[in-house]
Amino acid sequence: MLKLLKYALYDIIQSRFAILYTLFMLLVAIAVYQVSEDMSKVSLSLLNIMLMIVPLISAIFATTHFFNNLEFTELMLAQPVKRSHVFLSQIIAVVVVLSLALILGFGVPMLIWGSDMTVLTLLGIGISLSIVFASMAFLASVSTRDKAKAIGISLSIWIYFSLIYDGLVLYMIYSFADYPLEKVTLALTFLNPVDLGRIIMLMQLDISALMGYTGAFFADFFGNIKGIVISSGILILWMAIPAYFSMRRFAKKDF
Amino acid sequence: MISIQHIHKNFGKLKVLEDFNLEFKSGKSYALMGPNGSGKTTLIKIILGMVIPTQGEVWVKDKPISQSESYRSLIGYMPQIGRYPENIKMKQLFAMMKDMRPTQKDYDEELIEAFGLNMIMDKAMHTLSGGTRQKVSAALAFLFRPEILILDEPTAGLDPISVEILKTKIMQTRESGKLVIITSHILSELEELTNHAIYIHEGKVVFNDSIAELKEITGKERFSAAIASLMEWSLKKNPDLKILNHA
Repeated sequence: MLKLLKYALYDIIQSRFAILYTLFMLLVAIAVYQVSEDMSKVSLSLLNIMLMIVPLISAIFATTHFFNNLEFTELMLAQPVKRSHVFLSQIIAVVVVLSLALILGFGVPMLIWGSDMTVLTLLGIGISLSIVFASMAFLASVSTRDKAKAIGISLSIWIYFSLIYDGLVLYMIYSFADYPLEKVTLALTFLNPVDLGRIIMLMQLDISALMGYTGAFFADFFGNIKGIVISSGILILWMAIPAYFSMRRFAKKDF
Repeated sequence: MISIQHIHKNFGKLKVLEDFNLEFKSGKSYALMGPNGSGKTTLIKIILGMVIPTQGEVWVKDKPISQSESYRSLIGYMPQIGRYPENIKMKQLFAMMKDMRPTQKDYDEELIEAFGLNMIMDKAMHTLSGGTRQKVSAALAFLFRPEILILDEPTAGLDPISVEILKTKIMQTRESGKLVIITSHILSELEELTNHAIYIHEGKVVFNDSIAELKEITGKERFSAAIASLMEWSLKKNPDLKILNHA
């Protein structure tokens, strides 16, 4: 397993993409740090960029990597190694590279210009979202034989969670404005990993007051230990469930 | 050595193999024949565990292959089209494959030398021609002195000198009492390299016996003529075909 991971990582690091992504993140972080001295403003700006970019890059990179690495996968499947290990080495390699890019890209400016709890939370959310979208992209990849189709599915997943979902929720809240919707919106937040990340971060920044009554309700839920544990648990489910189903499909896939 | 029992394989609605049974015994060399799309490569990939059968089980050395992956260390496989990671160099590929089977230290590097691959070990895999890739595939299949050799169209794309080198190697391996399975469309080559013929048509075994028996049954002196009449029979869906199935 470790051997497989070693070769998978070796292959992935050789592709120029990992370096470009790291440099891009570094550039974004440096730019944002230059704009403001206030840590919470810095994290808020980084958050907004990250919530769009990280899921997109993770989904596309994981999908293209799966298909570009099909040769390696096929070669390994004829060797005395477990199928599950071949799969795990691939997905872990992708996640490690995505996380490293974030840690280096955002971490270096942090070391230079200082950080606080909020920036660290931001990093954690970034890594979690990378894992969530990488495992959904793997699910899309093992479900189809066609690279273009898989990229299409991954992009649709990103568009749905980053753009469409919020619109649907807003429309619903607007339509049912006469009813108490706090618990419903809380539940709806759990159904979207991007929203979940955003809310956890906003609670950390203590600007929930800007969000009115619902914000206060969220602050009440996310502010205490129970809320943090539950929301992190749900984020972990978002990582584990697609990864589990893609592994099951991989175990039965024909190469 | 290898026992294939009641294998069914569907790709969607297409039934490639239907209640397929076959035995491969060690010390024999088998020619796996059949028209394009008859299920030869699917069968090989099922033995290797790359394709999962819809139903049924394959036994290698009396152990079911769905239980453990360790049987694959007994097999040297040369694919029809060798596909390798593009970014790595040839020597890294060989090092990686050796690393995957750490318990097998007794390497057979004869083909690497005979094909002159040791001179171009620093080349990246994506710069190699189709024929050179084929040489790499062959060298990898023989590298671990496997008990079972599965060669899917081994000489396709090789130059005549390399074909001779590979054929000599296959014959040597056969003499040393190992199990060799070869698919090919070049009949003269199969006659030279194997002593047992298996003919598959539409996912069923039509003929399974020694080459001498094949010539006798079909009444043809030459191997290619015997195979041609076998093909004719199977295409006509002759009801008498069952007579041939006596192995």
